[in-house]
Amino acid sequence: MPSGAVVTALLEVENLRVRFRTAGPVRAALTRLGEPFLDAVLDVSFVVAPGTTFALVGESGSGKTTLGRAIIGLVPIHGGRIRFAGKPLPRGAAALARWRRDIAMMFQDPLASLSPRHTVRSLIAEPFRIHGETARDLDAEVRRLLDLVGLPADFAGRYPHQLSGGQARRVGVARALALSPRLIIADEPTAGLDVSVQGEILNLMAKLQRELGLAYFVITHNLSITRHISDAMAVMYMGRFVEHGPTAAIFARPAHPYTHGLLAAQPRPDPDHRRQDVELKGEVPSLLRRPAGCEFHTRCPYAQERCRVEVPMPRATAADHAARCHFPLGAAR
Amino acid sequence: MAAILSIDKLSVDFLTPRGTVSALRQVSLDVPRGSIVGIVGESGSGKSTLIAAATRLLSENAVIRGGTVEFDGEDMLNLPPDRLRALRGRRIAMVFQDPMTALNPVLSIGRQMIDIQYRDRLDRAGKRARAAEMLRRVGIPDAGARLDRFPHEFSGGMRQRIAIAMALLGNPDLLIADEPTTALDVTMEAQIIHLLREQRREFEGSILFISHNLGLIAELCDHVVILYAGEVVERGTVHDIFHRPSHPYTEALLVCDPARLSQASRALPTIGGEVPDLIRLPSGCIFAPRCPKAFARCRSAAPHTHVVTPEHTASCHLVPS
Repeated sequence: MPSGAVVTALLEVENLRVRFRTAGPVRAALTRLGEPFLDAVLDVSFVVAPGTTFALVGESGSGKTTLGRAIIGLVPIHGGRIRFAGKPLPRGAAALARWRRDIAMMFQDPLASLSPRHTVRSLIAEPFRIHGETARDLDAEVRRLLDLVGLPADFAGRYPHQLSGGQARRVGVARALALSPRLIIADEPTAGLDVSVQGEILNLMAKLQRELGLAYFVITHNLSITRHISDAMAVMYMGRFVEHGPTAAIFARPAHPYTHGLLAAQPRPDPDHRRQDVELKGEVPSLLRRPAGCEFHTRCPYAQERCRVEVPMPRATAADHAARCHFPLGAAR
Repeated sequence: MAAILSIDKLSVDFLTPRGTVSALRQVSLDVPRGSIVGIVGESGSGKSTLIAAATRLLSENAVIRGGTVEFDGEDMLNLPPDRLRALRGRRIAMVFQDPMTALNPVLSIGRQMIDIQYRDRLDRAGKRARAAEMLRRVGIPDAGARLDRFPHEFSGGMRQRIAIAMALLGNPDLLIADEPTTALDVTMEAQIIHLLREQRREFEGSILFISHNLGLIAELCDHVVILYAGEVVERGTVHDIFHRPSHPYTEALLVCDPARLSQASRALPTIGGEVPDLIRLPSGCIFAPRCPKAFARCRSAAPHTHVVTPEHTASCHLVPS
């Protein structure tokens, strides 16, 4: 992103690369493995403005969760920059702890992320203890946070197994809110919830955003909620952003064939409009053997010779809307 | 034509330390031959209890209080164990939600697919050939060589294809698919739904498809049964349910589906309240405490099953009979 955008950005990510080692140096040398790494996140750049929601969509293994963990400093980065409110991602445990007061995380499986031996009170007060905020009146803080997420005060005495899926999510939200962060990374905030409860959690997140000016970075594979909850979005494929732009523009005019295929794969709740064929066939190739050229060409219904040899660079199809495709949809072919 | 599976007024209780949970109450449904019937229900609606009762796989603390389950005219609830074993896995097959745990991780998939044919008088090579043929049918390339691979060498979508192939090996009359795509990505989900539709044409059996995803139900099913807190509140053809819903719960479920909202909105519709405690059932209609249309009678008297059309029924006082 251009440096002129600094004023409006809360989170800036520039050319980020995260790689994981696949073999130790000795084994790599012995087996003559060229590079014993796989790139989970590659060339990723975006900004999140204060008080807005950025959604990241993609299939399993596309690197969504790794990107979220990199932002909060849970996985080391191997290239590029992450800045929050103008400050770069720090090194060292103490500095990272401060970083994580401003950026909180809501984990994927709420029940699994709540320790079964702790009461809700203890779980919600835990962030204060970790960050040495024990001078505060913790009971008052727990009551305030329970009220904020719409749970009655007597829930403080419950254990996680006494919570429904929706209630466990609310406790997860309360924990994330404890230290008044400015950005929340929400990893699949509604996976596994019934539709009626899903709406309640998303409405709660929207209400908190309005009242507290929070920004969200939502990781999801659910496109039908993405349309409603996000201002901007990116579609990730094999660690790269293949399309990136305002949510409304991407839903109205998807430029990348992968985005189009993802949208077409959503089941339509109308028995009169059944799909006769599947647009996106096959599966994501292995990250250890990235296809040459455009990495999507093995599954792309429009792939041509150029796609097999030349790596596409992101190109703008409209203001703020870019796709990594030689032949973006909707453009003259 | 008679239904392959016919459940009539089935009631199931679970005896728990907290009290008796009335998990299913007077549930009736038919799966006509050659059709796909969808069961829609949120968590706690009794979907899993219903299929467990239909296949006689209920846990020890379950008590069948009444009703009948007939599979192809046989009384499932009173069949001796050996007759049940002869049905299960052959004439009734199941595909489970989680393809990661449905396969044995320490046996090759070929071994598992051969073992499952233990009833067939065929030599090992013949069984292996059938297994490979079935894998090809569900879209697994290079099937012969893949038989020697282990489950962890396949992706989630591939494992679910393998689970479907194993279910179809017995050429079942009824395939029960319990949320078979919940663990999968949308692109794989679309492929599995497409596969099920294709296979129904090929094996000419019936499918009982359990899901909470309305989009998938609309894509795949001919008939739909809406289950709420252990009761069938509405059933009809897929067109009845999606275009002419008669029960307020069905209407609310459809409204809540974010995929059906034409405009993007930050305020998503929800169903207020919570599913009732099945130990202490409310009097009157089971949905009344959450129903936006409830009136005095709903809280005192449980509604009968009203017939909208011969194929479409709803349990609501507001449906004219």
